[in-house]
Amino acid sequence: MVETVIVVLTLLMIIGAIVAIETPNMLYSVISVGAVGFLLAIVFLFLSAPDLAITQIAVEVITLVLLLKATSRSGREPDSMHWITFGKAAALAMVIVLAIFTAGMFAEFPEFGSPVMERFADAPSNTYLRTGLEETGAANIVTAVLLDFRGYDTLGEATVLFCAVIGALTVLRRQAKQQPDDAAQPADTQQEDQR
Amino acid sequence: MIYSLCFLLILIGLYGVLTRQNIIKIVISLLVIEYGIHLFLVLQGYRTGGTPPIVDSSIDKQLWLQQSVDPLPQALVLTSIVIGLGVLALMVALSMRIHERYGTFDIGKIKKLKG
Amino acid sequence: MSSPQETHGMSMIVKTVCVWVKGFILLYGIHIILYGHLTPGGGFAGGVIAAAAFVLVMLAEGEDAALKTYSRKAASTWDSLGVLLFWLMAVLGVVVAGIYFFNFWTTSESARLTLFSGGIIPLCNVGIGLKVCSSLYLVTFVLTAHRWHLDTEGKDDAP
Repeated sequence: MVETVIVVLTLLMIIGAIVAIETPNMLYSVISVGAVGFLLAIVFLFLSAPDLAITQIAVEVITLVLLLKATSRSGREPDSMHWITFGKAAALAMVIVLAIFTAGMFAEFPEFGSPVMERFADAPSNTYLRTGLEETGAANIVTAVLLDFRGYDTLGEATVLFCAVIGALTVLRRQAKQQPDDAAQPADTQQEDQR
Repeated sequence: MIYSLCFLLILIGLYGVLTRQNIIKIVISLLVIEYGIHLFLVLQGYRTGGTPPIVDSSIDKQLWLQQSVDPLPQALVLTSIVIGLGVLALMVALSMRIHERYGTFDIGKIKKLKG
Repeated sequence: MSSPQETHGMSMIVKTVCVWVKGFILLYGIHIILYGHLTPGGGFAGGVIAAAAFVLVMLAEGEDAALKTYSRKAASTWDSLGVLLFWLMAVLGVVVAGIYFFNFWTTSESARLTLFSGGIIPLCNVGIGLKVCSSLYLVTFVLTAHRWHLDTEGKDDAP
C-alpha cells in the first residue's frame, strides 16, 4: 500500500522534473521545481520521516524566494529552444547508456522495506535505537544521532553552511558608487583588467 | 521498481545539467539531482509497516524496536537538505554576478565574450 | 531603480495579515528548536522556519522594516554566537570528561521525556537554530536587496 503511493508520487515528481527542465519559460520552470520539492516532502511523510518533511517544506519555500529573485531580471529571458541539436542527442545517448549499464545493479538491491539494520544484527542503527533514550536522554532518536552519537558531522555541517553564506555575501559585495570613495574605483577597474 | 524510478529522477537532472543553456536552468537541474539523491537515501532506510524513530511513553519498547525505521539515513539527509539550501544561495549569487558582468544568462554567449 | 514593492512592501491586505502571522511563525520555529529532542524537528528545521518568519517581514513590509526588525549587524553577530555556543558545548565536553562532545550533563531518569532533559542536546539545538536562522535570513536579504546593475554602466564614469 505504501509502496504504491510512493510509486505514484515519484511518477508525479518525474513529470514535474521533466516540465521544469524542458519548458523555455523560466517562471514555469521555477514553479515546477517548487512542486517537485513539495511532493518530496509528502513522500518523506509516507516514509515515516517527519523531521525531513518539516525541513523540506521550509527549505523549499526559501528556495522558491531565491530562484524567483534570480529569474526576475530582464524579463525572464527564455531558454533557447532548439529541438534536437548534436549536443542534446549526445547527452541523451550518454544518459541512456549510463541507465543501461546500471540497470543490472537494481537486481542486486534488497527489496524495498528491508533496511540494513534488519539483516545485520550488529548494524549501528540497532545500537542507536536500543540505547538512544538511556544514553542521551533524547526521545527523538534522529536528534540523538545528529547531536550526540554523530556530533562531529553536525559541526562540519555548521562550518559548511557558514562558508557558503560567507561566499554568497562576498560575491555580491560592491563598493557603493554614491560614496566619494576614490580609492575603491581604481582597485575595481584593476581587477577588471587582470581578468 | 521504486529505486529505478528514483534513479530516473537523478538521470533527468543530469540530462538537464548537460544540455541546458540558461544558467538558472542548470541550477534547477542540480536541485532535481539533489531531490533524487535525498529520496534514494531515505528509501534505503524504510522498513515495511514502519513507525518514526521517536520514543513515546505510550508504546511498548520491544514492539517499537521491531518496527521503527532506520534513523541514520534520516539524520544525514537532514543536514544535507539545509546544506543544499546554502549552496543554492551561493550558486544564485554567482549567477547574478555573472549576469552583471556579461549581461546575459546564456552560457553560449558567455563563452564567446572576452573580458 | 528599485520597484516600489521592494522598498515599501506589498499591498495593505498582505501587510495586515503579516502583522498577525509573523509572530506565530517565529513562535512555532522556536518551539520546534526547543522541543527538538522530544518531537520531530530540532535545530535545523526550527532554524529554517524562524528564518522564514523574517523573510516574510522582508517580503511583505519592505526591506527597511526588515532591517529595523533584525539588522544585518545583529544577524551576523547572532550567527557567529550560535556557532560559538555549539562549539563551546563540544569543548566543555573535553574540559569535563576528556572526550570531545561528551554529553556531560545527563539528567536524572525521572526527568525523561520532559523539556529539561537530554543533557547538552537542547543547548546544542539552540546554537544550531540561531545559526541557521541568522544565516538564511542574511543571505536571503542580501540576495533580494541586491539591485541589478550591469558592470558596463559603471565604466563610463570611471576616473
